[in-house]
Amino acid sequence: MNHSRFYYLYRLLLWALLPLAGASILAAQENPYMVAYDHNLEEPGNLEVEYFSVFGTQRGGPNFHAFWSEFEYGATAWWTTELYLSGQTTFGESTVFTGYRWENRVRPLKNEHWINPVLYVEFEDINGADKIMKEVEGHDVESDFLTPNAVARRERKREVELKLILSSNYKGWNFTENTLAVKNLSNEPWEFGYALGASRPLTLKGATHKCNFCLQHFIAGVEMYGGLGDRYNFGLRETSHYLAPGLAWNLPSGWTFKVEPTFGLNDNSHQFLLRWGVSYEIAGFGQKVSQLFQGKGE
Amino acid sequence: MKISMRLGFCAALLSCRCFLCAAQGKPEKTEPASVYAELEKAPAKYRAKANPLAADKDAIPAGKVLFEEHCAECHGENALGSKKAPSLRAKEVQEAPPGSLFWILTNGVVRKGMPVWSKLPEPQRWQLISFIKSLGPVESTENKTAGKP
Repeated sequence: MNHSRFYYLYRLLLWALLPLAGASILAAQENPYMVAYDHNLEEPGNLEVEYFSVFGTQRGGPNFHAFWSEFEYGATAWWTTELYLSGQTTFGESTVFTGYRWENRVRPLKNEHWINPVLYVEFEDINGADKIMKEVEGHDVESDFLTPNAVARRERKREVELKLILSSNYKGWNFTENTLAVKNLSNEPWEFGYALGASRPLTLKGATHKCNFCLQHFIAGVEMYGGLGDRYNFGLRETSHYLAPGLAWNLPSGWTFKVEPTFGLNDNSHQFLLRWGVSYEIAGFGQKVSQLFQGKGE
Repeated sequence: MKISMRLGFCAALLSCRCFLCAAQGKPEKTEPASVYAELEKAPAKYRAKANPLAADKDAIPAGKVLFEEHCAECHGENALGSKKAPSLRAKEVQEAPPGSLFWILTNGVVRKGMPVWSKLPEPQRWQLISFIKSLGPVESTENKTAGKP
């Protein structure tokens, strides 16, 4: 697939979904995390269409802009399923489609607890040129990204990723801790990583009128993530780590904007990444699709 | 290679199945008992909780805004319920202790489609309860069946 065709299809898919948004309004309440997950799942029947970017600085090579779209669907109140499509532009080289991911998050416990576990399973079919850094695992380091796109895209990675998400809401704060294990299916060792996050709305009470700029719609937070080596070499040696303060702006119209400057914490890390994203929640998407095929109205 | 191809095929099959089930929008199986029975399950500790914003004059208008943003999609604009979720104007809800409503909002009824709303800060959940309580009861024959499969 050449670049222009990929871009065309990518945008067409996003625009094609917009008419399904209809008039239903459902304000999201998204935390600013870009890597860590909390235990809040998508509301059942809703589809959240998201676009995210990461601009990355690269020592010893060209900077890059990686991007991905997420289609996050609340299959039930305890199960969220999500499809990702990703690509990247390495400046001075090329723009490439890097693959897809399919993830599922399940809440095993029906009630809210002090610590709420969520089980995460993801299948990835990506190539070696993938730079979205949706997670950092094993011995991922900055120099891995120096391979030119033309070479890196030839490497095919089919991976299964498992996460245990432990998250708590306390007095308006959210605290989350993710541990992850990734297995490349081509007989490579298990790799490990972590992500930690904390966030809080700028004010806890709701405003008495509809407003876009009320403080309740802004959630500030910070996350930290990195690799923990692999099965044969577990630990912090030759791993990269990042610290990222972030802000999410949840508009009552269903739009959410996020921005997260990210700083590398050691020599193996990219010195600076800038992540940002926009998402829109389509309320009652499942019902609309159902009506489309069954011809039933409300 | 073969394993990953098989995995990919299973994933595709599963995703089709998942999407079809979910797109049908069928609520999960519920017991024949009233949809309001969940309110009875609130622990005594929660039932005894008073609404800390009961005397706050801003709580009701703020709760109205929150209701429109987060709840009206399923419970209806007037909280009278829809195919997706039951009426909140029913006697069972209106007469329930505020603490029981707080417990339901905090925990959801995830096996029956009601999401967890602990992501809303506590004061906002209490504002929602102030608003819901301010609506008053509306008895309707549809109240008890709304939200049922």
